[in-house]
Amino acid sequence: MKSAVVQLPGLNRDRDMIAALTKISGKAPITVWQTETSIADDVDLIVIPGGFSYGDYLRCGAIAARMPVMQAIKEKAEKGVKVLGVCNGFQILVEAGLLPGALMMNASLKFVCKEVKLEVVNAETDFTRAYEQGQVIRCPVAHHEGNYFVDAETLKSMNGNGQVIFRYAEGTNPNGAIEDIAGVVNARGNVLGMMPHPENLIEAAHGGSDGRGIFASALDVIAA
Amino acid sequence: MIKARVTVTLKNGVLDPQGKAIEGALGSLGFEGVHQARQGKVFDLELDTADKNKAEADLKAMCEKLLANTVIENYTIAID
Repeated sequence: MKSAVVQLPGLNRDRDMIAALTKISGKAPITVWQTETSIADDVDLIVIPGGFSYGDYLRCGAIAARMPVMQAIKEKAEKGVKVLGVCNGFQILVEAGLLPGALMMNASLKFVCKEVKLEVVNAETDFTRAYEQGQVIRCPVAHHEGNYFVDAETLKSMNGNGQVIFRYAEGTNPNGAIEDIAGVVNARGNVLGMMPHPENLIEAAHGGSDGRGIFASALDVIAA
Repeated sequence: MIKARVTVTLKNGVLDPQGKAIEGALGSLGFEGVHQARQGKVFDLELDTADKNKAEADLKAMCEKLLANTVIENYTIAID
């Protein structure tokens, strides 16, 4: 399993993501700059980390989503390569049209930085196999635009297809997201976007390892 | 040169937390009867062309590709 971390101006969680992927897979990911037009053939997981790409100008993720590397990521996703977007990475994936919906400003109008509870709504995906169906895990969030919105018709089909992967649980919805949605996959199930930061809860030094399962699932190292 | 103004607004049914806050602030300033406030964006563009048809087609493409997120937003184009 080889992974890649995408880097763009203003993304600042790339180092945390590189550390998490390295610790969990035992191999450092390659890094891919925004202007690159292809990604190595042997990469099985592409991660877009969090941050504030292009200063959140226009709309969060809007400008990043139009950079050349995104076309390369689209082509990889169409071939079935796994793509994970966390926080700003999730915003970039919806802006690029790789995931349905949009991420709006938090209902509170405030930046939230705290720990929430997530229900694993669908444990039968490449990103959640390490968890039990319905398991509730802890996870940190840190964002200003995490209020997931999608039209009623698309939402209905997403629910029917098992595309809602994580919901904020136990009344911890920090942003007003529709149906408490915290993470969704595309119809094929190989592109996951989520607002919470699992890379920041993977080892004892973080105070827990609840986020580890997402990487262990995607990197195929659950037993390790 | 052609000057154009693109206005981007949220679609009906999309929650606008900023608009809600503005609505509340207007009420607290004593402006009664503000039934709804919705916040949008305005882009003023100057294009190096004299061809209005080309400008209109280009502006539409700009809206679809970048200026608006058509999942949640509508746009209108006005050319001077």
